[in-house]
Amino acid sequence: MTDVRRAMMVGRTTDGRLVERPLSPHLQIYKPQMSSALSIFHRMSGVALSVGALLLVCWLVAAATGDGAYDGLSGFLRSWLGVLLLFGWTVALWYHFCTGIRHLAWDAGYGFDLPTMHLTGKIVLGATAVLTVLTWILVVIVW
Amino acid sequence: MSQTAKKTGPHINVMRSQLGRVRGLGAARAGTGHWWAERLTSLALVPLTLWFVLAALHLSRLPRAAVAHWAGNPINAALLVALVLITFRHLQLGLQVVIEDYIHNERQRMAAVLLLRAVAGLSALIGVLAALKLAVAA
Repeated sequence: MTDVRRAMMVGRTTDGRLVERPLSPHLQIYKPQMSSALSIFHRMSGVALSVGALLLVCWLVAAATGDGAYDGLSGFLRSWLGVLLLFGWTVALWYHFCTGIRHLAWDAGYGFDLPTMHLTGKIVLGATAVLTVLTWILVVIVW
Repeated sequence: MSQTAKKTGPHINVMRSQLGRVRGLGAARAGTGHWWAERLTSLALVPLTLWFVLAALHLSRLPRAAVAHWAGNPINAALLVALVLITFRHLQLGLQVVIEDYIHNERQRMAAVLLLRAVAGLSALIGVLAALKLAVAA
């Protein structure tokens, strides 16, 4: 079985030959822009956070199981690999959080013009950095 | 054109069958339900995420017994269950779109979407049951 969407991707050249048209945006010839970069990072952070959601379940199960399981998980999260994973998920979480709010504003009809879009893109990147640093300052204070 | 519209009274000039309009169905054989659910869950996750990050920071230095006591508070338990359910609904909706964009073989695509549903659904159930066990045990 092939994808029915392929049927719409067939075009004709000027000499009449049938050819398969490239998908758009064709990444090899597409100039990277802030709009497309922030968009793909939104998706990538979402995928990363989906894996992170499994940690939330592991944490709840460990807490419901007993001291041994909970201390084991806590120990792993305090190892260098655990801290690296948590830091990555913190960046992904705040990024997805900020760009998600930006998406909701777009859905409500605000901020579609290019100057505003570029401005909110920079704000999103700045806010992600600030929130990540703030979170880890709190982590260091608490630990 | 506006004169004819006045003469004929209210009418719908979209190139779409009325049955299709009523059902809200398009070429995707589904309505706007997926899109709408993704937005609603994201809206709910804004306050839930802020709450959970602050809670996680607070809980990170505590032993299991204290965490269990915290999770035994009905408000915390309810928010935890809501967080798990809405997070997994949101990620299932989001990952389904990723799968549909990148897997072009229909069989493989449907298998991946069904597998995603199974994994997301079971993970959410496990998370909810663990949260409920903590809520009842405390």
